[in-house]
Amino acid sequence: MAGRVITVTSGKGGVGKTTVTANLGTALAKHGQRVVVVDADIGLRNLDVVMGLENRIVYDLVDVVEGVCRLRQALIRDRRVNELYLLPAAQTRDKSAVSPEDMVEICNQLRREFDFVIVDSPAGIEQGFRNAVAGADEVVVVTTPEVSAVRDADRVIGLIEAQEKGPGVLIINRLKPEMVRRGDMLSTSDVVEVLAVQLLGIIPEDEAIVISTNRGTPIVLDGRGPTAEALDTIARRMMGEDVPVYQPSDDRGLFSRLARFVRGGE
Amino acid sequence: MAKGVKIKGTRDGLLVSLGGGDISLLLAELRTQLTRSPAFFQGGKVALAVGARPMTAAELSQVCDLLGDQGITIWAVISQSATTRAAARELGLASASPPEEDRVNLEAGQEPAVIVRRTLRSGQSVRYPGHVVVVGDVNPGAEIIAGGDIVVWGKLRGTVHAGAMGDEAAVVCALQLDAMQLRIGGHIARAPESVRERPELRPETACVRGDDIVVAPWTP
Repeated sequence: MAGRVITVTSGKGGVGKTTVTANLGTALAKHGQRVVVVDADIGLRNLDVVMGLENRIVYDLVDVVEGVCRLRQALIRDRRVNELYLLPAAQTRDKSAVSPEDMVEICNQLRREFDFVIVDSPAGIEQGFRNAVAGADEVVVVTTPEVSAVRDADRVIGLIEAQEKGPGVLIINRLKPEMVRRGDMLSTSDVVEVLAVQLLGIIPEDEAIVISTNRGTPIVLDGRGPTAEALDTIARRMMGEDVPVYQPSDDRGLFSRLARFVRGGE
Repeated sequence: MAKGVKIKGTRDGLLVSLGGGDISLLLAELRTQLTRSPAFFQGGKVALAVGARPMTAAELSQVCDLLGDQGITIWAVISQSATTRAAARELGLASASPPEEDRVNLEAGQEPAVIVRRTLRSGQSVRYPGHVVVVGDVNPGAEIIAGGDIVVWGKLRGTVHAGAMGDEAAVVCALQLDAMQLRIGGHIARAPESVRERPELRPETACVRGDDIVVAPWTP
């Protein structure tokens, strides 16, 4: 059966597309899926760094497009998991080196050999974005609970709908339950109400993510903590498992509830 | 000023009609009408109806240039005069005699409108010379510019301009009226800085009273 091509995009930069792509790819591979992650951010490649595979790049996506190497030669295997590969972007070229038709062709070749082809899109809505969504069957839109990020996500969802790639599904990244409780941050329902698309998952804000991306070790690799759990839940939902959206808990709220419980309730 | 120039919306788009009289007066009047709402016409395509007036290619190209200055292109010239039609062909414009019925299948008292059956998202825009009805939401960053009324069967949180060709009697209605910016004719209202607290969805309508845009419960 042919695999699914899923593009991760956002419109706004810095909301966590690359981290989400690296972790979902790794989580899906841990669940036994054959996965390739594709860095479509030509000229500003990051996915290899976040996955800790930078030093193993020989060929890249542009080399494949230009016929310098075969697709198989450009794929880097992640030895920490079974069946996880990276197709890196070129760093010394720009997005004009690749056309949407090239991306469709590459995605079609990859889907023959993998269950999941996950494409990391560059920020923006220009050619790099159009390349990244060209070959997609489904689109995952990442946003943070900020008005500007939600506005850009809305714009991107409109563009995806215009290209008949479906409305897309939503990941809300870097949610701080405590700030939501205080009314200082958009809540999940605020975001979903504006964007009106299906919610795939919620990922809490977590300092451990910064450490893991700097080390090049996706946080789902060791599989502990709320963020790893949130990402793993999203991966399982992508595989079609009937699991509910992970709800980040308010640490202080939980702690105070526990404390009340220990004291004998009120 | 006598209405020697009429601009109206039809099913096929905007129609600019020139009446009789001195061509330079008509051109001046057209210029005034266009500059009154430049945003509406920008990038538009219009048909030009000149009735039975015979026009030379030079006169027609004057009209083309004037419209071109506002970013408008003429896609067709409608005239009973063979001279005018020949001049239009000379300029590479489509030309036609007017249809038997000038008003396109609209019965008395009915006006052109368009229905948009989806949510308008950020960056999406609808421009129409008649009324606009949206069945869905209008999200922040989306834009509607209508010659007539704007009715939103959903939440209105974008920017809208009703009566964009100067109709001060136009109204804006929505199931939830939270427009980022709301314009009617030449009037403009911004969303209040503070969030309005409302217990439940309440349909509202906005119209011009005196010099202000007034919002009231929508009770048709």
